[in-house]
Order: sequence, then structure tokens, then C-alpha cells
Amino acid sequence: MASKNLGNDSYIGYLHGKDKIKLLISRIASYAFLVFVTVLSLAAFYILLVNATRSNNEIAAGFSLLPSINIGTNLQSVMEETRFNIFKSMLMSFLIAGATGILTTYFSAMTAYGIYVYDFRGRNLLYKFIMVIMMIPTQVSSIGFFDMCQQLGLLNTYWPLIVPAVASPVTFFYMKQYLESTLPLEIVEAARVDGSNEFRTFNTISLPIMKPAIAVQLIFAFVASWNNLFLPNLIISKKDLYTVPIVLSFVRSDLNSQFQDLGYLYMVILLSILPVVIVYVILSKFIIKGVTLGSVKG
Amino acid sequence: MKKRKSISYAKWGVVFVLPFFIVFAICQLYPLLSTFYYSFFEYRRVQLTTVGPNFIGFDNYIELFTPDLTGNIGILKYFGNTMLMWFLGAVPQFIFALILAVIFTSERMKIKGTGFFKTVIYMPNLIMASAFGMLFYTIFSLGGPVNQIIQANGGEAIYFFNQEVSVKAIIAFINFLMWYGNTTILLMAGIMGIDQSLFEAASIDGAKSTQVFFRITIPLLMPIMLYVFVTALIGGLQMYDVPQIITSGTGAPSNTSMTMIMYLNTLIAKSRNFGLGGAVSVLIFIITAILSFVVFKSMVPSKPKKAKGGK
Repeated sequence: MASKNLGNDSYIGYLHGKDKIKLLISRIASYAFLVFVTVLSLAAFYILLVNATRSNNEIAAGFSLLPSINIGTNLQSVMEETRFNIFKSMLMSFLIAGATGILTTYFSAMTAYGIYVYDFRGRNLLYKFIMVIMMIPTQVSSIGFFDMCQQLGLLNTYWPLIVPAVASPVTFFYMKQYLESTLPLEIVEAARVDGSNEFRTFNTISLPIMKPAIAVQLIFAFVASWNNLFLPNLIISKKDLYTVPIVLSFVRSDLNSQFQDLGYLYMVILLSILPVVIVYVILSKFIIKGVTLGSVKG
Repeated sequence: MKKRKSISYAKWGVVFVLPFFIVFAICQLYPLLSTFYYSFFEYRRVQLTTVGPNFIGFDNYIELFTPDLTGNIGILKYFGNTMLMWFLGAVPQFIFALILAVIFTSERMKIKGTGFFKTVIYMPNLIMASAFGMLFYTIFSLGGPVNQIIQANGGEAIYFFNQEVSVKAIIAFINFLMWYGNTTILLMAGIMGIDQSLFEAASIDGAKSTQVFFRITIPLLMPIMLYVFVTALIGGLQMYDVPQIITSGTGAPSNTSMTMIMYLNTLIAKSRNFGLGGAVSVLIFIITAILSFVVFKSMVPSKPKKAKGGK
């Protein structure tokens, strides 16, 4: 394989024998390192996958790298769990994460559009303000937020997990960067000349142009919400409202007290990450491209 | 300001940004200010009754920095825990990321399958941290695969979660695993942003690849490295999910893996001590603000190229 590469490359073709050997060595070392990190990144997931297919007795009997046939048994014991219903939690988490993703992307796009297209008083001030608040961790305001939700009777509802998504400074920043590089203001002017009102211009002209950015941020916002433990753990205490991470937290706290079916345990963990893994496997190229688009461009 | 066209449309800008700022004001700004406000009050639950809010000045802050019976200052210990666990993960994270970024961007080596490798190393970043914590708890637990392998080879089972060193190491390892792929991709973008003619010139002058790495790649990557490093640090300060799940919120053994946000969570969820919790929040806010300032400063030099935004 290496020699084929060398032949293709005119610049490397000039290298002397000694340099060729050096290049070969560094290539081999690089591949070895890449294989190492691949194993490192996937090992835990492989164990998870294998053990989710093994019964409690098989798992207790010893470590194995080969899957078994008891995936159905484990799935059934998860379904028979009476203290929580992870499938309902998955559905709830999915709806919350979906709503969060849509709100975050739509309103971030809208805000970015407002600041990019219109020259209103205080625009630069608002922009700077968002830049400043971008780094503040949301946990810092959680006491006030919890207190407010408590007083408004919003504990054990999903509203506190969804509504704040409208104001996401990080997504806004990404959208603004994207708009600057893709939407010429002349297009907006042209739409005006054609008699389009401002909202229509945003919805029918700007949004389609922003589609790639929206898709990437939709995925990130969805995943962040799906994975979020801190805030839901404070807001939600009723078992039939549990989101997926709270189920895991509950299962973990339960481990101290009693015997656990390990096959069942691995199955719960597998179910909790499965939707994200599936989305990732399908869209990974697109997602990875999206990581860099907004973040270091500044 | 005399702008011909946009003046008449200016009010629309306000309409477009309004929802964002209204929600921000209600869901973040007001709670942030009331958190700060409560930090000067006694406001907590004793048994089933709520005490306060009664103004007590800086008493919460004084309590926060008062040593307990064993002479430990809790919040400093939790800050130390958080930073130590972050640092233990961040060192391999940045070393691996730098090596991988160089491998992926190397013109000389022309590595095949970079798409696949990038996909694999980035994946843990999207996986639920709680699930990660749970998985590693199971893997390193008494009957877990690691102990099974140790015992199969004649060793004694190890109580990984009773020992400070192993708990911290496992948490740091998970953080490393979750973030090195992300860092790799950011550093790659940084390397690809370096003027390619510099590399060409170096190779024409006969520079060795180590020379290129230390004399060109590293120095020119420094601003972005700093940015990525400090944002990672800010993220590290918020460490919560993994230690929370692994220790079931206890920070076991004896609070040695308790992070600042875990402590905050305990104050809100268990004791409803909004006064003391407010003081913790203010502290985290101040540390983050200082670090953010560093980020902001480090970003400024690369700004001018898109200066058209400012009017």
C-alpha cells in the first residue's frame, strides 16, 4: 500500500532511499497509533454491546469478547421493570430534545438574522452582550432558576427544560458566523424590492440558505438536551416524568442497595445511548464538519 | 448615523432579536441576579420549614471559607478535586489530540481512512456522560469485566471505587476519552489554517519533520491551542455528570471526588440552602469570568479579518 502511495506522489518520488524508509516508518507508527486510539475509544462500547446480549449468569461466569443470544431476555427484564419505564423516558427525552433543538435553532437563526441584517440602535451593544454571556455556565444561575420554577409551580413539568432553549448564545454565534459567510445583504434588498415582507424574507430566503448550519446545530442541541442531567435532575422528581439520564442516576443509586441483574443493567445503558449512536453513525461526516465550522473560525 | 435604506427597516431588527432577549432575561439573567442576591441571605430549609430569606451580609461567604472540624475548607477541596481530575484528563487529551491532528493533516504521510478514524475518536463526545459514568462504574465494579480479568489471572479483586486514586483516575480517563476527539478536530482546523506556503518553504529548505513541528506548527498553533485549552478548562470547572453518577452523588471516598457543581447540586437538591449555594455560584461565576476574559483576549488578534461587522 505504501509503495503505491509513493508512486502517486511526484514530490515524494524525489526522496532518497533513506528518507523513503523514514517515511515508511512514520507511516507505520501513525497507523499503529490510530489503531490504538480506535481500540481505546471503542473498547468500553464493545463490552457494553457484548454484555447486553449476555444473561446475568453468563456475565457473572466470566469475561467474554463474544456476544451471546440473551438480548431478548435482557430486553424483557427492562420492559418488566416496574419502578421506571425507560421506553417512556426515551420518548419523553426525545420529545424534549426535539422541541429544544427546534427552538434553539429557529430562534438563534432569527436573532442572528436580526443582528446581521438590520442596523438598529444598540445592535453592537447587544452583540457584545451575547459574546460576553456566552461563556457563563448555566449551572451558575440554577439556584435562581430553581427558585423561580418553584414559585411558579413549574417543578415536575417539562417547561423549564424546553423554554430556555430559545436563548442559546453559542448557537446564535454559530448562526451569525454562518450568515456572514453565506447571505449577501443584496438578496434581502432584492426580496424587499419584490415586495416580500421581512418575516417572509427570513423564513423563505434566509432559512433555506442556513439549512446546513441549522441541521448541524439541531443535532448538537438535540444531543445536549438528550444527555443533560444537571437541570432535569433538579426539576423532575416524579418517576413517571423521568428523562433518560435521571433513569440512569436512579439505577445507579439503587445499585448500592440490592442485587442487580447485570444483563439488564447493560441493556439500560445501551438503550440510553442508542438513539444518539444511530444518528451519529448515519450523519458522522456531516457532524464532524460542523464541529469546526463555528467554533474556531473567529 | 445616516444610512439610506436600512433606517426604515431598523425596527424589524428589534423584533427579530426580541424573543431571544426576553427568554434570556427571564430564564437566565433574572435567575442569575437572584442567585447573586440570595448569596447575601439566609435562605434554606430546616426540616420541613423554609428559613428566610433574611439578609446576613457576607456570612455565606464566610461560612464557605470556614474550615470544618477536620480543618478542611470544603469549597477549596472541591475546587482542587475538580481541577485535578480535569487536569489529569486534559494532559493526555491535548497530547493525543496534537499527535492525531498532525497525523491527519500530514501532507507527507497521506494517511488513508482518516474519515473513519475521525468518526471513531469523535464519537465518545456525543455519548451521554451519565451513561459513560454508569458503564465505567459497571466495568470497574467488583463483579465487572476488569476484576474478572484480574481474578482469572490469579489476582485479587480490587475495590476501585473505595480508593481515591482509582476513582479520580477513572473519572479523568472518561473525561479524556470524551474530549480528545473534539480537541483533535479543533486543532486540525487550526493546523489547516496555517499558511501552507510555510510548510512548503520549510521542506524546500530541507527542514526535518520534527523541526517543522516545533518551529512552525506549534508556535503558529499557539493562539488556537490557548483558546481550546481555556474553553476546555471552563468546561472542566463544570464537571458534574461523570463523578455524580460514578459516586452516586456522594463524591466517595470521603468527598475526594466531589466537584464544585456536585456540591452546588447537593446544596440545591438536598438541603435547599440557596444562600450558601448562591455563594458557591458567585464563586464559580467569578472564576469563569476571569477565564473567559483570557479567551476573549486570545481571540482578539485573529479578529480583524472580518471587521466589517462593526459600524
